Amino acid sequence: MALSPDDVAALARLARIELTDEELAHLAPQLDVILESVTRVADVAADDIPPTSHALPLTNVFREDVVRPCLPREAVLAGAPATEQDRFRVPRILGEEA
Amino acid sequence: MSSPSTGSGIIASTAAELAGAIASGEISAVEVTRAHLARIAAVDDTIHAFLYVDGERALARAAAVDAKVAAGDKLGPLAGVPLALKDVLTYTGAPTTCGSKILQGWIPPYNATVTQRLLDADIVILGKTNMDEFAMGSSTENSAYGPTRNPWDTDRIPGGSGGGSAAALAAFEAPLAIGSDTGGSIRQPASVTGTVGVKPTYGGTSRYGLVAMASSLDQPGPCARTVLDAALLHEVIAGHDPCDSTSIDAPVPPIVEAARSGDVAGLKIGVVAELAGEGYAPGVEQRFRESVELLAGLGAEIIEVSCPHFTYALGAYYLIMPSEASSNLAKFDAMRFGLRVGDDGTHSAEQVMSLTREAGFGAEVKRRIIIGTYALSSGYYDAYYGQAQKVRTLISRDFESAFSSVDVLVSPSTPITAFPLGEKVDDPLAMYLNDLCTIPSNLAGNASASFPIGLAPEDGLPVGLQVMAPPLADDRLYRVGAALERELTARWGGPLLDRIRDLQEVAT
Repeated sequence: MALSPDDVAALARLARIELTDEELAHLAPQLDVILESVTRVADVAADDIPPTSHALPLTNVFREDVVRPCLPREAVLAGAPATEQDRFRVPRILGEEA
Repeated sequence: MSSPSTGSGIIASTAAELAGAIASGEISAVEVTRAHLARIAAVDDTIHAFLYVDGERALARAAAVDAKVAAGDKLGPLAGVPLALKDVLTYTGAPTTCGSKILQGWIPPYNATVTQRLLDADIVILGKTNMDEFAMGSSTENSAYGPTRNPWDTDRIPGGSGGGSAAALAAFEAPLAIGSDTGGSIRQPASVTGTVGVKPTYGGTSRYGLVAMASSLDQPGPCARTVLDAALLHEVIAGHDPCDSTSIDAPVPPIVEAARSGDVAGLKIGVVAELAGEGYAPGVEQRFRESVELLAGLGAEIIEVSCPHFTYALGAYYLIMPSEASSNLAKFDAMRFGLRVGDDGTHSAEQVMSLTREAGFGAEVKRRIIIGTYALSSGYYDAYYGQAQKVRTLISRDFESAFSSVDVLVSPSTPITAFPLGEKVDDPLAMYLNDLCTIPSNLAGNASASFPIGLAPEDGLPVGLQVMAPPLADDRLYRVGAALERELTARWGGPLLDRIRDLQEVAT
């Protein structure tokens, strides 16, 4: 399998984490060891076994369609890194060229 | 048993004793809270169990309980008793950080259901306890705010992720605590600190307001120094919650009654053959064997049971958990709450997101997010996540088969006793092995608990015994735990924690 620092960089980009070169070099061998160990699950012959995604048999849960008060706006915005005009302020979402 | 009415007696008392003394007016809830706050002030510089101490609010709430006592109001069974709350559950007015820099100083706008039930029961929340970042770890060394130390030996780990909650109990900073258990984060810290920790049946306690790591595995639960205290706390927090779609809409099992009974005569106890042998410390195996013999002496029938797929549980867990975690932690995107880095007018939202997650997450969180991203990526999904889910089915079937012939299963709670701080911090796989015995119950969702059974002869550190019961049979955990506690306390001539070194001596 041998995960290279470049592979880790690609995964980190997908996960939106800006890793440094030192981190990539440090993490790659560690992740490799972990993956090698978890690959043991492939040793189990389980072709005809149904997957379990959840410990309990789940069915959809409905509630009565009753209006309930939601959190006050100030309470929700109080934990935001930046707000403007009673809203979340976010950095630009389009590229320079857009 | 110590008397709750004196200074050092207060902190050594059980929650049940304190609640009784408060309700009868023998002592005030304010005195009880003051004694615990004083203890925290005296020892927590050394132990670092707490990330945040909420002293003023705790005293105000204690005073409100005293007013109720004076007015002759009816009180809950734990009214006025102090509690340490793991920093993974929201509590308005105090920061919820999950041990992460990305949530430093974040004050949640709502209470977790577990928190609200504690407040409704007039339990006094002393503060928030330290934990591995986002509950990822077995030592609290992954906390961004520094590790917690084991009160039995302050050079050693208190377990994790709920090491703060377990250490607060063992250091007599609180008689009750709340933890959360995804792969053993309640049971392993309980084991290495000589305390009691219970992971309820999945869905038995609400996850609303619990910051999620792996939603299909996470479960909040009670931590205490005695079996009865854990049961009383379990009863307060358990039960159906419409805010959690996986919450079980069924009555809470008779756990308090089971904790008072401790009758194991005729109970069929299965010893899991796969959870022993290589990698298990001799003192852990010795104390485990002695405890099983003790249960046999009390009339339990001991049967060796094989759960062949348990050997694959660790692999399945370290695929399923990171997959769910990588998805759950996507919400830390620097937009609506928590840290934001690089918002200088030139970086885009996506760049700010990546810079923030780089600065805000620690090494273990990054490892797990990347493993999860890998396991879920196209081309690998079937071989990793898909196969892990099938193994999960086989582990559940092992449990079902075992529970068709025995009432409970037992094993050591963790293969080794508390190890030195720093020993495994950069060796993730060695760290993961701490959860070898606890993970199967998270994958299958059944009830499971750790109870103290003595000190390992080779290092004098606590050993825990794990009891696993079928889903919704949480009461059986308490029945076995109470039997062990009663017999062992009688043999030892007092609780295990009587043998802990005095911390104030350590501090000076």
